[in-house]
Amino acid sequence: MKIVLQNLTKIFPSRNKKSDEEVVAVNNFNFEIPDGKLIGLLGPSGCGKSTTLYMISGLQKPSSGKIFFGDDDVTELSTENRGIGLVFQNYALYPHLTVKQNIMFPLQNLKGQDKLDKDTMLKRAYEAAKLVQIEQLLDRKPSELSGGQQQRVAIARALVKMPRVLLLDEPLSNLDARLRLQTREEIRRIQKETGITTVFVTHDQEEAMSISDMIVVMKTGIVQQIGKPQDVYDDPANLFVAKFLGTPPINVFSGRVKNGTLYIGSDAVMDIQPVPDQEVIIGIRPEGFLLDGNGPLKCSLTNVEVMGRDVSIVSTHDASMNPSVRSIINADNKFDVSSEYIRYTIKPHKIFIFNKETEERIYFEVK
Amino acid sequence: MSQKSIQVMQAQDLKKVTTKQHFGAFFGKAGVYLFLILIAVIVLFPFYWMLISSIKSLYEYKLSKPTLWPQQILLANYAEAFTTANLGRLFMNTAYVGIVSTLLSLFITIITAFAFARLQFKGKELLFAALLATMMIPGELFTITNYMTVSTFGWMNTFTALIVPFLVSVFYIYLLRQNFLQIPNELYLAAKVDGTSDWKYLWKVMVPLALPTLISITILKMMGAWNSYIWPRLVANDEAHRLVTNGLRDAFTDISGDTNYSVQMAAVALVSAPLFLVFIFLRKYIMAGVSRSGIKG
Amino acid sequence: MVESKQQWKAWLYLAPAIVLLLIFTVWPIINTVRMSLLENYNGLKAAGGASFNFGFANFEKVVNYRRFGQCMKNTLLLCVITVPISSILALLIAVALHSIKRFQKVLQTIFFLPYVTNSIAIGMVFAAMFNIVGSFLGTDQEIVVTAGIINNIIELFGGTKVNWINYGSTYAANMFVMAVYIIWNALPFKILILLGGLASINKQYYDAAKVDSTPRWRVLTRITVPLLSPMLAYVIITGFIAGFKEYTSIVGIFGEAMGPANDSGRLNTMVGFIYDSLANNNQGRASAAALILFAVILVVTVINLQVSKKRVHY
Repeated sequence: MKIVLQNLTKIFPSRNKKSDEEVVAVNNFNFEIPDGKLIGLLGPSGCGKSTTLYMISGLQKPSSGKIFFGDDDVTELSTENRGIGLVFQNYALYPHLTVKQNIMFPLQNLKGQDKLDKDTMLKRAYEAAKLVQIEQLLDRKPSELSGGQQQRVAIARALVKMPRVLLLDEPLSNLDARLRLQTREEIRRIQKETGITTVFVTHDQEEAMSISDMIVVMKTGIVQQIGKPQDVYDDPANLFVAKFLGTPPINVFSGRVKNGTLYIGSDAVMDIQPVPDQEVIIGIRPEGFLLDGNGPLKCSLTNVEVMGRDVSIVSTHDASMNPSVRSIINADNKFDVSSEYIRYTIKPHKIFIFNKETEERIYFEVK
Repeated sequence: MSQKSIQVMQAQDLKKVTTKQHFGAFFGKAGVYLFLILIAVIVLFPFYWMLISSIKSLYEYKLSKPTLWPQQILLANYAEAFTTANLGRLFMNTAYVGIVSTLLSLFITIITAFAFARLQFKGKELLFAALLATMMIPGELFTITNYMTVSTFGWMNTFTALIVPFLVSVFYIYLLRQNFLQIPNELYLAAKVDGTSDWKYLWKVMVPLALPTLISITILKMMGAWNSYIWPRLVANDEAHRLVTNGLRDAFTDISGDTNYSVQMAAVALVSAPLFLVFIFLRKYIMAGVSRSGIKG
Repeated sequence: MVESKQQWKAWLYLAPAIVLLLIFTVWPIINTVRMSLLENYNGLKAAGGASFNFGFANFEKVVNYRRFGQCMKNTLLLCVITVPISSILALLIAVALHSIKRFQKVLQTIFFLPYVTNSIAIGMVFAAMFNIVGSFLGTDQEIVVTAGIINNIIELFGGTKVNWINYGSTYAANMFVMAVYIIWNALPFKILILLGGLASINKQYYDAAKVDSTPRWRVLTRITVPLLSPMLAYVIITGFIAGFKEYTSIVGIFGEAMGPANDSGRLNTMVGFIYDSLANNNQGRASAAALILFAVILVVTVINLQVSKKRVHY
């Protein structure tokens, strides 16, 4: 089932009665989610990603715009008629029901011709539990489960009615680091097995990048960029997206273009075209640095962190907009740890330049 | 699990569902309001009937087809009610008992709650548990002996008998102690460092911080005095000390005879009025106090 | 040194409360037990120094007393009728109130109004409302024409008027009026408590139920009621305790006669029995009855707690 979002907008009235200030939570969102894909909605808190998810679920009504499931306009359809599965951030498992009762709950609501007999319900519940590998926990109460197990129960409950669309609100945020890794693989596996179009919300870019077929990066209600994770990482549309994706984060410098040459501070990094002379913001991915004794970019060496396969070199540069410049270099590269300075050349596809005012990407070619 | 069961709704189905859903929501809401308004009418009707009857003439009151609005507004009923039931005297007595017992009770509650919340002494936990245990016992059990005690003390037909036996309320002590415990200990230690005495700390810091609870206690205690019936009837039912509820019941005690119902309703309205006024202005404190207490009056 | 000074000071703070509690709470407990066991005890004669036998004669007398059975029956009947009805009604009202936004505060205030009333005073209003219509001239208690709005309403809809509370009225009619009044009186507290409980239920359970297309009735029975069960248990237990102590609402409607004019005492309750015994200067019987009341309340509370332990989740 593909999902189409058409000019989707959500405006919340001001909380303060005295001022008329409205909050635009989602602004004119257009997107066609392809059938059977896993989509990550990504952004910092307050960017409108959860609101978008809740509008798809029907729990919140859009102020304007339309939502289609396949070819059906579901904008006016209320949640209970949409046939979706939703996994809440803190799972919302009914505390007084056992795992089995929780999973069977949605099936017991089916009416008319969809009505199931008890055996079928039990079978379906067992299948769903097996899918998320909790079939041995069916008689426990939610309070007797760990966070990860509760998460699985919540997913099973959402999947048991075979929804048209599966929605996950920050599915991993309540888990510890190790479980998070494991569970996100699990979500990927389940989504692949069921083939249900799935949308999930997260503020963790690594999480989104690692399992999504496509990611949507949002900021203050406005979609910044949509694409495959690698494409968005390699080709960010603006400074925000470049900064939001990647660990360690991108290094940002102030610089300028003069006569076809790109300068960071006074260092002439490379010759580019066709960019008119202007002040710019420059972003370089940590893996975009190459050690080069004659390289154009000269940084003061602060510290070297050995990470096994790679080393991370921490240095400073006058034009850097961050406190330090961090590069990731293959550990095979030998260099003098005690020297005062370090010189780099930059890989051209790992450097991005942005308009200083709009922070939009300026595309260039290397001369 | 497969996606086979995913049913694609047809376009016209969808329209039908949407319409049905709109109707459902509308009728659902309308039903809820209808139910609530019906209950509200039932709840309010006795008050309405009381007020409307209190300004009717006795003749109109007895019409076999009742009037929902009086043909002639007879405020004289109120004047008559006031004198018939001797309400002035009753109000004065009740106000006196209410105010004195509330003030004394507040004072005792405050110092006792403070001792249990902040001071260290041997057997504190045990004593507090014993206090709480007494809350389980129905008040009627105390009344019998207290009646004898009061008569032994020679307090029959005095205000003292109405005030003293109920000065200590374990429940209010418990309520206030819980509130006191919420005040961070650092404040107490800081006051100690500054050389503030316990006594001063109690009245300058803790009492102001616990004000909402104290207001709730005050209102409930006053309401208690206004509504008390059994005890005053036992120990002080003479003209000089009678409280308002007893006075009201006694003045119109004959339900089978030819009672002047309009005047009776006027008297009831007069007795109810102070409670309603307090409720209107201090609703927040009453509801907060009641939701934590569960005892009436 | 400082330790002992603190000790001394703490007891000073506690002194007024302790003195009063010893006289008006601790002594009554001891004395009630003592008196209930003293046979033929009469408090005022006791000063004479006559000797009494110890024994359970008071309890026997109470139980065998004709009036006591009636009081017990009335009390139990009122409890069994009013507690379930008022609890369910309060639950429905609270859920309905919780589901609306507009006029919620106003309606909540209206529903709370019966709480801030004098139960004697409003009882008199109910008595007037349930009065007979017409004349009872010719019976041994002659009544001039009076009007009762409830009977007027019944006649408006073509029904026959009922003699609710007056001379010659039936026990069932009396109980009906009492039940209506007690329920009317009991609702506000229950609504307030349940509304507070509803507000503390995480809204996400309802969103989850909505996602799963749960019908309204199932949301109420499978989600709201179980999650509200601790509050419901509280409301039911306090309802029973209050029900066993029912007295003033009956005085409000029927006066001290505790029944219609031809059968006074017909609606007397356990508390009423205690006060009647006291008024007859029979402290021994009153004490025994009070202890029986205490025991009944204790048993009912324990049963309630046991049942709710099984049913109440958490």
